[in-house]
Amino acid sequence: MARIAGVDIPDNKRGEISLTYIYGIGKSSSQDILEKANVDKNIKVKEWTDGQKGVIRNIIVNDYTIEGELRSEKQMNIKRLRDIGCYRGIRHRVGMPVRGQKTKNNSKTRKLRRVN
Amino acid sequence: MSRSLKKGPFINYKLEKKILEMAASGKKKVIKTWARNSMISPDFVGQTVAVHNGNKFIPVYITENMVGHRLGEFAPTRTYRGHKTRKGK
Repeated sequence: MARIAGVDIPDNKRGEISLTYIYGIGKSSSQDILEKANVDKNIKVKEWTDGQKGVIRNIIVNDYTIEGELRSEKQMNIKRLRDIGCYRGIRHRVGMPVRGQKTKNNSKTRKLRRVN
Repeated sequence: MSRSLKKGPFINYKLEKKILEMAASGKKKVIKTWARNSMISPDFVGQTVAVHNGNKFIPVYITENMVGHRLGEFAPTRTYRGHKTRKGK
């Protein structure tokens, strides 16, 4: 179990995959990170040295917005749309598709009332 | 698909002229417009524009956050009052 960027603990998977357990890092950015840090992406996380971990940590902290920060950024963007009362904001408010999709059928993800 | 950067933002020429005149004279008056496709430029901030929605004019007070959006986004053209709710489900 390695601890990178606060709370995240990916473990004995390949580095490339393991980093994607962090919210805000997908496969391509994880590859970028490992390339920058000069770590083979196929090496498992448990085989990383402490030095390599440090380098990776630094890259993530400095260059990427992740986890809570990213979530709040997304929320802020939506909130901005809601507050100015533009069409997209209104769609967010009423929980309907925002990007002009048809709503005659489908669109269930946005339209159904949430149970539980 | 987004607009080509080469062209720059589309701002209705006549509307812009009117608004600049208003800003220069310092008067606050609502400007009626049909130009829903006109982008909101930073000069518009603080003015009220009445945007036509196909039926009537919706007054929109323009704030800083709205810059870069189009006027029509603030005057919805459809009314939707929801479906009838079915009881006992």
